[in-house]
Amino acid sequence: MANLTLVQAINLALVQEMEKDDRVIILGEDVGPNGGVFRVTEGLHKRFGAHRVVDSPLAESGIIGTSIGLAMAGLRPVPEIQFDGFLGPAYDQLCSHAARMRTRTRGAFTVPITVRVPVGGGIHAPELHSDSPESIYAHQPGMKVVMPSSPYDAKGLLISSIRDPDPVMFFEPKRIYRAFREEVPEDEYVIPLGRARVVCEGGEMTVVSWGASVVQCMQAIERTGRSIELIDLRTIYPFDMAAVEASVKKTGRCVIVHEAPKTCGFGAEISARIMERCFLHLEAPVQRVAGFDTVMPYYKLELDYLPDASRIARAIEETAAY
Amino acid sequence: MPITKVFSTEIERISILDEHGKFDEKLGKGLIPDKDLVKLYEAMVACRHLDEVAFRLQRSGRMGTYPQNMGQEANSLGAAYALANDDWLVPCYRENCGLFWRGVPMEMVLLHWMGDERGNAIPRELFCTPLAIPIGTQMLHATGLAWAAKYRGEKRIACTFFGDGATSEGDFHEACNFAANLDIPVIFFCQNNFWAISVPGKIQCSAPTLAQRAVAYGMKTVQCDGNDLFAVVKCVRDAAEFTRSTGKPHFIEGVTYRLGDHTTADDARRYRDAAEVEMWKTRDPITRLRAFMKERKLWDDSKEGSLKERVEKEVAAAVERAETIAAPNRTDFFDSMYAEIPEDLRLQRDSTQTHGLGENPSQLDGVEVRKLDHPEHAH
Repeated sequence: MANLTLVQAINLALVQEMEKDDRVIILGEDVGPNGGVFRVTEGLHKRFGAHRVVDSPLAESGIIGTSIGLAMAGLRPVPEIQFDGFLGPAYDQLCSHAARMRTRTRGAFTVPITVRVPVGGGIHAPELHSDSPESIYAHQPGMKVVMPSSPYDAKGLLISSIRDPDPVMFFEPKRIYRAFREEVPEDEYVIPLGRARVVCEGGEMTVVSWGASVVQCMQAIERTGRSIELIDLRTIYPFDMAAVEASVKKTGRCVIVHEAPKTCGFGAEISARIMERCFLHLEAPVQRVAGFDTVMPYYKLELDYLPDASRIARAIEETAAY
Repeated sequence: MPITKVFSTEIERISILDEHGKFDEKLGKGLIPDKDLVKLYEAMVACRHLDEVAFRLQRSGRMGTYPQNMGQEANSLGAAYALANDDWLVPCYRENCGLFWRGVPMEMVLLHWMGDERGNAIPRELFCTPLAIPIGTQMLHATGLAWAAKYRGEKRIACTFFGDGATSEGDFHEACNFAANLDIPVIFFCQNNFWAISVPGKIQCSAPTLAQRAVAYGMKTVQCDGNDLFAVVKCVRDAAEFTRSTGKPHFIEGVTYRLGDHTTADDARRYRDAAEVEMWKTRDPITRLRAFMKERKLWDDSKEGSLKERVEKEVAAAVERAETIAAPNRTDFFDSMYAEIPEDLRLQRDSTQTHGLGENPSQLDGVEVRKLDHPEHAH
C-alpha cells in the first residue's frame, strides 16, 4: 500500500495493465520520453519501450482514428488527448466511429479503447485547457464515460476501463491530480464501471456529484453541518441510478453539482430521472449547482465560474428550507 | 516507354545573412534600408526582453503559463515588415515580435497570458487575429479572411503562422487544399522550430523539408533560414507579390529553433540535448544581426547600451499597464457571450447562481433560509 496522488495512481494502473497484457499500448502527444505534460505516463516509455508507448504526430483525429484500427485488430489502446479543449478534432472519430462500430457491425468489430483526457478548471491554465466535456460524450450512445474523484478510485476505474470491451472516455480532473494523496493498494483491484460511491451517509438531503466537484461538495457539506448523503457518480455513463434513487427516496431532497455548463449538463439527466422515479418522495425541487452557460472564462475569473463550496452550501440551505 | 517521369521538383532554400556573418550581396543589397534595419533589430531586442520578463513574472506567480518566443523572432517580424499594414496577420502563439511590429500593444499579449480576455480585443484596424491555442486551426481562418478579400476585390492578402507540429493536423491539410484549389491569396508560414513540445520533427514529417508538403497541393513553396531576418523579408516579400498578383497561395518554411521551453509549464531538458540548444544559440537571429550592423557601422556598444535602457523601460511600462488594469467585472464572461443575452443566461448572471431557487428566490418567500457564517465567494 502506498500513499499516492491521482497522477501516481493512474500511472500505477497503466504499469500494471501493461505488465499483464501486451495488447495494451499507449499513444499520444508527449506521452513518450517526456511522460506526458502532467507526467501521468512518466517512466513508461523507458519501461515498456517506444513500440508500446508511442509519441504520435500532433493530430488528435489521427490518435483516435488509429486507436480505433488498433482496437479493431484486437489491441487495447489507451490513447491520451493532452487537454479537454483539444478533443475537438477527435470528435468525429470518437462519435462517428468508435461509439458506433459495435452496433453498425452487429458485434463483428468492437473498439475497446480507453481515451484518457485531463479535464476541468481551477489550475490557472490557458484557454481551452479547462473544459468539462463529460455530457457531450455521455450523450453519444455507444460511449462510456468515467471520471474519478480520488486516487483509489482512479486506479480501480482505469483498470476496469482498459478491460472494458467498449470505448471509454476516462476523464481525469486535473485540479485534483496532485491536490491530495490516498492509500492505494499495490495489489490489483477493480472498481466496476457504473457503480457510484457513497462518500458520506446522511438523511437530510442527497448531493450528487463527480470529479473535482466532489471535493467542493465535501467542503460545502462540512460548512452546513447537515446530515447529507454525498454520492460520487464515478461513472457518468452508464450511471448508477439505483444508488441515486435509493438515496433520494430516503432524503426527499437533492442537489446535483458539476463543473460543466448547466444547460444539458449531466445534472439535467439525473434531475429528470429523479422526477421519473422519485416524484412522490420529493420534498423540494431538485437543484443544480453547475458551471454557468458561458464559455469557461480565462483564469482571472475561473473561480467565479466554477461551483465552489459557497454556492453549493447556499443551494443546500435553500433546498433544505424549501 | 512504359515508365515516364510525370513530375519532379526541387525546393529552394534562401539564406542571405548566414550564421557565420556571411552576407549575400546579390540577394541582400537594398533589401532593407539601414534605418529600417536598426528599427527591426530594436524590435527583436525588445521582444526578447519581454520574453525574459514574462518568464520571471510566471516564476514569481504574477502570470500564468507563458510560451517564450526566444530564437524565433525574425520569422514573424520579417513577415510583418514585408507585408502591407492591412494584410491579415493570423498568428499561432509564437509571433509576438511581428504582432508588436504591426502595433499590437505589448500589454495585450501579457494580458492574454495573465488569464484576461481583454488581451484578445485587438483593434480591428491592426488586421491581426487573436492568438490561436489549438494547433493548426487558424490556417483555415486565414484562408477565409483572404478569401473574403478576394471576394470583395481587395488587394489584401493573409499570412498565417503555425509550427512543425501543426503540419500533422488535419486542418493544416484542409487549409492548404482549400487555398490551392480555390485560388485563395494566403501565405502559409511554417515556423519549423524542430520541437512540438517534446516530440521531434521527425515524428511530424519524414520528408527532408516541410516546405515540400506544399508541393503535393500544387502550391508554390520555399524554405528560408528563419533566423536570418534578410531571408525572411525576401521570402515573404516575394511570396506576397506572387500571392497578391496571382491570387494563389504560397508556402514558406522558416527553419528556426525554439531556444526556450515549450511554455513555462515545460522543461525541455527532459527530452533534448543541451548541445543541440547550444549549437542553435550560435545561430541566434539577434546576435547575428547585431554583428552585421556593427560591421556596417550601423551599430555600436553605446547604442546597444541606450537601447537596453529604453527597452527595459518600455517593457516595464507594458507590465505595469497589464498589472494595474482594473480587475475584470465578473459579469464580463456573461456579457460577451451573445450580441443579446438570452433571458435564461441573464438570470444566471444577475443571481450569480445556477440552482433554480437561487435564480428565482421568490420561490422561497415566507421560508426561513439559514444563513451560513461564511461569506459568499470567499476567494
